[in-house]
Amino acid sequence: MNLQMTFARYTERTAFERPLTSGVAYAVRVLHSEREQFEKHQGWTIKRMDTLEKNPVHKDDYNPDLFEPSPIQEEYAPVIFAQDIISHVISIDLLSGKEDRENVLRARKSGKGVLTAPFPLLKTNRLGVILTFAVYKRDLPSNATPNERIQATNGYLGGVFDVESLVEKLLQQLASKQKILVNVLDTTNQSYPVSMYGSNASDDGLELVSHLNFGDPFRKHEMRCRFKQKPPWPWLAITTSIGILVIALLVGHIFHATVNRIAKVEDDCHKMMELKKQAEAADVAKSQFLATVSHEIRTPMNGVLGMLHMLMDTDLDVTQLDYVRTAQASGKALVALINEVLDQAKIESGKLELEEVQFDLRAVLDDVLSLFSGKAQDKGVELAVFISDRVPEMLIGDPGRFRQIITNLMGNSIKFTEKGHIHVTVHLVEEVIDSIEVETEFSSNNTLSGFPVADRRQSWKGFRTFSQEGSIHPFSDSINIIVSVEDTGEGIPIEAQSRVFTPFMQVGPSISRTHGGTGIGLSISKCLVNLMKGEIGFVSIPKIGSTFTFTAVFTSGSSSSKEYKSQQINNQTNSVSSEFRGKRALVVDPRSVRAKVSRYHIQRLGIHVEVVSDWKQGLSSISRGSSAFNMVLIEQEVWDQDLNGSAHFIDNLEKIAITTPKVFLLSNSISSSRANTTTSGVCNLTVIPKPLRASMLAASLQRAMGDGNKGNPRNGEVPSLSLRNLLLGRKILIVDDNNVNLKVAAGALRKYGADVVSASRGMEAIELLTPPHRFDACFMDIQMPEMDGFEATRRIRDSEQNINDRIHFGELSVETYNNISNWHVPILAMTADVIQATHEACLRCGMDGYVSKPFEAEQLYREVSRFFH
Amino acid sequence: MLGLDADRLRADLNRLLAFLFHQGILDEQYLQLQQLQDESSPNFVSEVVNIYFHESEKLLRNLRSLLMDREFSDYDKMGIHLNQFIGSSSSIGAKRVRNVCVAFRAASDQNNRAGCLRALELLEHEYCILKNKLHELFQIEQQRLLAAGVRYPMLN
Repeated sequence: MNLQMTFARYTERTAFERPLTSGVAYAVRVLHSEREQFEKHQGWTIKRMDTLEKNPVHKDDYNPDLFEPSPIQEEYAPVIFAQDIISHVISIDLLSGKEDRENVLRARKSGKGVLTAPFPLLKTNRLGVILTFAVYKRDLPSNATPNERIQATNGYLGGVFDVESLVEKLLQQLASKQKILVNVLDTTNQSYPVSMYGSNASDDGLELVSHLNFGDPFRKHEMRCRFKQKPPWPWLAITTSIGILVIALLVGHIFHATVNRIAKVEDDCHKMMELKKQAEAADVAKSQFLATVSHEIRTPMNGVLGMLHMLMDTDLDVTQLDYVRTAQASGKALVALINEVLDQAKIESGKLELEEVQFDLRAVLDDVLSLFSGKAQDKGVELAVFISDRVPEMLIGDPGRFRQIITNLMGNSIKFTEKGHIHVTVHLVEEVIDSIEVETEFSSNNTLSGFPVADRRQSWKGFRTFSQEGSIHPFSDSINIIVSVEDTGEGIPIEAQSRVFTPFMQVGPSISRTHGGTGIGLSISKCLVNLMKGEIGFVSIPKIGSTFTFTAVFTSGSSSSKEYKSQQINNQTNSVSSEFRGKRALVVDPRSVRAKVSRYHIQRLGIHVEVVSDWKQGLSSISRGSSAFNMVLIEQEVWDQDLNGSAHFIDNLEKIAITTPKVFLLSNSISSSRANTTTSGVCNLTVIPKPLRASMLAASLQRAMGDGNKGNPRNGEVPSLSLRNLLLGRKILIVDDNNVNLKVAAGALRKYGADVVSASRGMEAIELLTPPHRFDACFMDIQMPEMDGFEATRRIRDSEQNINDRIHFGELSVETYNNISNWHVPILAMTADVIQATHEACLRCGMDGYVSKPFEAEQLYREVSRFFH
Repeated sequence: MLGLDADRLRADLNRLLAFLFHQGILDEQYLQLQQLQDESSPNFVSEVVNIYFHESEKLLRNLRSLLMDREFSDYDKMGIHLNQFIGSSSSIGAKRVRNVCVAFRAASDQNNRAGCLRALELLEHEYCILKNKLHELFQIEQQRLLAAGVRYPMLN
């Protein structure tokens, strides 16, 4: 028993080393001869097992004493030692059990561990297998025969494997949420596998089959594992893949859409380009059409006008005369309109080129002023021009086009102004930027007529010139001038301001009815300003007025040594101004802007000007002055306000002054001032009508000062000289290869009193026009065989230049050249084809203008009057 | 009697002028031409027109010889002649001749020989009409002047 105790304790303690076995037992080999002794020694009889196997008993009722003693056998293998949990097998003969017997025999024969087929275990009745090893008395060689092994056998060691508990133990180790279903089968017999563990659930779906090796090569076991439940749908994977699919589809769609869109946009772009080309072509075609049609209309219109002109010379009664006048006025308006359209068309088709001639800006503005003075006086609107001293005397540019812009703006102003004033100011751009004086002066209500005006600084707010001040080069020849035309008219409605510069756009349809015009003027002006590298802008407040401002870039005239055609008017003012140089004038005017204008015009005559704001100051400055004033100019407003004061002033003037100065009244309207002069009863008061212009001012002063009886007919109002007056006694050369034309042209000029010489060839003309000669002008046909008009003119100009140079350098004496040092005979082109001979082409070869053939009186007058005065 | 005659002649003259204007043979330039005639140049119109006839006949001859030359037609030269013709015709107000010349020049610019020949025929025809009518005009004018001239001494 002690040995049993020792075995049991030992096996118990080492059970952890055999996790798979539920119990270990040891049986010894007992031969029948030794049975009696053995039973005696052990104290129990060897029992048999096979009955048990046949009638398995219930676990609880198990009692080893019930086993029958083993029948007589050749040998026995009773268990002597067993682990506690299987201690019930002690004394049982292993060889009596069918499975065990086989096992034992095989084990001792082979000398290796041997497994039984699964069978229900004793007592527990659970399915199990038993692994049996033979224990030999001595060490045997590996190649020992089975007989030797049997002889040497001492006992058998068996281990019980309880398959169910084994698998359960294993499954506990597989800590898986999924319940795993395990089947263990004995597949030693392939066709009838014996299930050792697990239910016989139908095996569908995933199944993992693995072989188990319990150490006995004879027996094969396998384990089939599968999930108890059917595998769940892989929702995450499904949703992810669906999501990815959707995203891929979307991306694909987006890509597709983008590609489509790009293609569409490209397509559209191509279409747009096509359309743009078409539109541009159409635009050019339109301009050409306009130019052609305008020209085609103008030609017969000139005929109509000419005939109307002639009709007026005939005997007409009053009504007829009125009709003819109306017809002529309409015709002239139409021609003016056509000219404007032609201009626009020319600008649009890019054919308009600017002249580069030297001109006097002040003279141009005087001219424009005189053009509008009548209208302004009729309306009682004050008109004034102020040009800053810093603007050079002579500029190089296109005076005609410049004049056109000014005329346009002033024309608009005068159209829409019923009261107040129109004020034109010209400054250098630098001056406007630099000078604070200019900035502040106009911010108040201090304006020409006292009416509020639109702040002109607003009108040039957007100009590029001002934003890039640094780009103005102080040393370059270019003169950047800024011109403002300010009026106190009705202003432009806010909603119409955006389309002011659009051709043919007027504020409303009623405007053209009440004020006439086409609305093309401002658009042309804008184009012209652009051509002059300038900008135009405006500010307008309804009911207060508008101010248009533009800039233009010219070159300084004085610095260039090149010979430019200068305008004659310049000489006039120069000759006039010399008479007044050094004289002193006092201007009485409380309004500084207006006084500035007066001062500007008077100073142009070389007169020194002092401005005072009222009578008192005036008297004090006269009495204080070291040198006497030659004249006092009084603003009419001052005069009218205080007639007593003025009388007092005149009285005192005679007492205080050393030499009594002449007193002038600067008056806006002739009629009212005349009335006032008579009422004031002052005899030596001369009225100078406004707007002030140097030439007119000079004439008025001359007349009043009494020292100007030389009577320069060119001064004062330009007399409307007839063509006959202009041409009378002039020696004119006509060059034309066509005898008929020659005869007709000569006849026409002769009729106006000119002394005509005819030539039929270009060479002849060159000979005749080589200085010295006495011709005043030359009319030259352009199309001539051998040498055309352009070529002949070019040669004439060359020869003139040559002689001028030689006179200049003293190689030739001036006396032999009629005391003329600068030869330049006016040459006018005669042409039947106005389109072919444009003004520009004529100017390029040195011609001074052109007249159409046959002569049209008005055009002839216009051209000729530029040279003859 | 003679005074009446002058009035009748003046009426004839006006009728003929009106006819020529209506037919487009002459235009207002002819009137301008008449205006240029005054005491200092009493025969101005007829002088000019005679020069015109002289020149035009020379031009017509040249044009015809140029076109008849089967070998080669100098269109440039033809253009120069035609320009002259156009210029002088517009100077005296021979409107129809001028218009035919313009068409002729267009044909010549295109080197259109057939067109040129047709235009030349037409031009000669038009020129003939113009010459006859102007001759008629001058005859009446002369008669009128004579009649008027006879009248004045009687008044004096």
